[in-house]
Amino acid sequence: MTDKRDTLKIVVVGHVDHGKSTLIGRLLYDTESLPEGAIAKVKRICKEKGKSFEYAYLLDAFEEEQKQGITIDTTQIQFFTQQRDYVIIDAPGHKEFLKNMISGAANAEAALLIIDAHEGIQEQSKRHGYILSLLGIKQVDVLVNKMDLIDYSQAKFDQIKAEFNNFLSTLNVHPQQYIPVSAFLGENITTNSAKMAWYTGEPVLRALDMLHKERGLAEKPLRLPIQDVYKFDDRRIIAGRLETGCLSVGDKILISPGGKTTTVKTIEAWVDRDKQAAVEAGQSVGITVTDEFFNQRGEYISRVANPPLQAKLFKASLVWLGKHDLLQNQKYKLKLTTQEVECEIYAIEKVVDAASLDSNANVQRVKINDVAEVIIKTKQVVCFDDFSDNQSTGRFVLVDGYDVSGGGIITGLYTAAKTPAAENTEFADAHKPVAPIARLAATAGKPLVRLEREQRLRQKGRVIWLTGSEEAQFNRAVSLERELFDLEKQAYYLDRQTILDQFLRESTGDDWIAKLADIAKILLDTGLIVILASGTVERDQLEKARAIIGKHDFLEIDAEAAGEVGELTQLTDVAV
Amino acid sequence: MEHLDRLEAQSIFILREAYKKFGKLGMLWSIGKDSTVLLWLANKAFFGHCPFPLIHVDTTYKIPDMIAYRDRLAAEMGLELIVHRNETGLAEGMGPERGRLTCCKALKTEALQEVVLKYQFEGLILGIRRDEEGSRSKERVFSERTKDAEWDYTNQPPEFWDQFKTDFPKGNHIRVHPLLHWNELDIWAYIKRENIPLIDLYFAKDGKRYRSLGCWPCTKPIASNATTIDAIIKELENTSVSERAGRMQDQEDAYAMQKLRKDGYM
Ligand SMILES: Nc1nc2c(ncn2[C@@H]2O[C@H](COP(=O)(O)OP(=O)(O)O)[C@@H](O)[C@H]2O)c(=O)[nH]1
Repeated sequence: MTDKRDTLKIVVVGHVDHGKSTLIGRLLYDTESLPEGAIAKVKRICKEKGKSFEYAYLLDAFEEEQKQGITIDTTQIQFFTQQRDYVIIDAPGHKEFLKNMISGAANAEAALLIIDAHEGIQEQSKRHGYILSLLGIKQVDVLVNKMDLIDYSQAKFDQIKAEFNNFLSTLNVHPQQYIPVSAFLGENITTNSAKMAWYTGEPVLRALDMLHKERGLAEKPLRLPIQDVYKFDDRRIIAGRLETGCLSVGDKILISPGGKTTTVKTIEAWVDRDKQAAVEAGQSVGITVTDEFFNQRGEYISRVANPPLQAKLFKASLVWLGKHDLLQNQKYKLKLTTQEVECEIYAIEKVVDAASLDSNANVQRVKINDVAEVIIKTKQVVCFDDFSDNQSTGRFVLVDGYDVSGGGIITGLYTAAKTPAAENTEFADAHKPVAPIARLAATAGKPLVRLEREQRLRQKGRVIWLTGSEEAQFNRAVSLERELFDLEKQAYYLDRQTILDQFLRESTGDDWIAKLADIAKILLDTGLIVILASGTVERDQLEKARAIIGKHDFLEIDAEAAGEVGELTQLTDVAV
Repeated sequence: MEHLDRLEAQSIFILREAYKKFGKLGMLWSIGKDSTVLLWLANKAFFGHCPFPLIHVDTTYKIPDMIAYRDRLAAEMGLELIVHRNETGLAEGMGPERGRLTCCKALKTEALQEVVLKYQFEGLILGIRRDEEGSRSKERVFSERTKDAEWDYTNQPPEFWDQFKTDFPKGNHIRVHPLLHWNELDIWAYIKRENIPLIDLYFAKDGKRYRSLGCWPCTKPIASNATTIDAIIKELENTSVSERAGRMQDQEDAYAMQKLRKDGYM
């Protein structure tokens, strides 16, 4: 083995008992990667226990595992072909241990998914397929195992292949090969099996050598999340790992959030061999810069022209592994590269049954091993990229209590209304104290303020001012009130006509708009979500109402545009 | 990036995470090749300043050359070194004749736990590798130990995307394993490439050399004529004997290491 050789990390996944450990044991055996005595040791253990020989015992080094006959944790084992080195990760199929499967699979560059030909496609086969797509593992080979149990039947193989391919393609996972094998007997592992002459594809080992490593991380936009800043001597070294891109001395860089720019002064190294003028993706580096700001862990270094996204609200797909259910409005710690912020699950858009791909849109919680689409709201601005643009800066974990309890990928910024940028800052300002409506000053005690009422109601008071045709406005107002009510929010649809008829009869001209706004504003102070169908109003009148109510509390919604549940939930943002 | 560069970058990343996250951090230093590589990597990670103390758990049964080498290197590099022994155990006459596993537990596991308590360590860096033996292959990079140093290996939290376990109740500590993803050959290839000074017990003398270092009563040299790193690499490429075959405590029973490590062994 020389320094020049490639290592490819692969994960083996599939339903429990479909033959993952057996396959790995067999690969180790066939590539002569087992230490001397390992087979003998396993034979001895099996004999002592009165069991027949199992390749799986080579991997299941733990006592308990052998007793229960399931693989508890991920092992990483190395083997070599002529082409390259492999680190192979044994991912267990038992549902309870999905967290171990993910721990293994998350580091993999390629996957082998095993299906028992005799038992056929099972729930975990599908769930694992789904998780591979979530982890962004694009290179997958599917092995149809235990062909010996179905007489090496091509018809049955073809059937499983068609069915599973159908499922995977909906996930945008496209396996390179489907290979019929018998892991236990070594058929189609190193060489083409004589028992399955009908199969014209590659045996497993050759198929592995045909997988390729992801390249091109260095060509992507620069992302250097700051890990730490050191001042051991007179140098002030910014340390971190380049997730993508490359960096040279003299480069102009942008530091986000904050948006300061500076220039790379030096790239530091301890030994001469490491002294370089340029570094690239994957390297753990230390740099000094010409302008010394106060830098800290979690900030992102990028090129000025190509900064990461920044937001407090974003959409994500996640898999939940926690002991306790993931709950809406609950606080978690979000870790994304070197950033750590408090966050909450702003909305659960749907929970997907990973096996059937059925989804349930009406849920408040995500249970262990479930996959869900959510909207996350962070306390501070975080820097990231869409997972589809940049895997390492587009994924995060959630910590519940002491444990990492879930992992997710970012699928985009979350924007509710038509002015995305404004919306995001609007919500960024959610913590701004709200000016109270002037009332008679209390003589004793602390006057109750809107924020307190909002906290009680677990919502943020808003005036939703509907526009569009009168008919659409009234329809929307009624349905919106109901939808918010169902979301356990306090909302009230204020009918213009009632107000006009009963209170504003004396008002002349356009003055009624201001009056209406005043009334809405008082209701707003109670913490209520006020839905206003004002009928047709001129633009300048609308702006007047906006000014009276305050632009942060005033949400203009086009009643004729289709709304979503997520949008609603955002509108009724909980005040903290 | 080449293979060794990738391994190195990952280890440095892990060391920096540990340094950032744990107020009180120490690094176990056994004088062997793995801890020597670890020390080298720490120097790289922190630009020539190893910012935490090294801890040597001294069983008093170490091969004498190891101790001499330890003291010389520590002085040369100006390292902060904590040497700790299980004095109570030693006073009561603990030794391998009481049973290898009993001895390991007392003079290594218990001594280590004493250090953790005495200095209130939140993080301990260790140079273990997955390919060494079965129970180590199941380790996490950041692996929690309870107050009693126990390792609950049946219920380890998930660890992925380099987001490690950094939240834990007070009194527990985290074992940090920056070399987990390296194998024995990687270590040698790296020592050669970086030209890292190494204790000469690893090189053959009179047809014998140590492949793994430990206490003299329980560590046997292997038959070898490898006197250079190249010769060692060549030898390893053609062997199918496991690295720890000369470590007699491992052979006591089929689950020896698993049992030891569950109780807090390194
Ligand atoms: N007949 C037959 N049995 C197999 C084959 N591969 C695995 N098995 C058996 O299926 C059982 C489960 O295999 P194992 O590798 O432990 O499955 P895992 O849970 O996916 O790791 C064991 O008893 C294996 O011996 C095969 O190709 N043919």
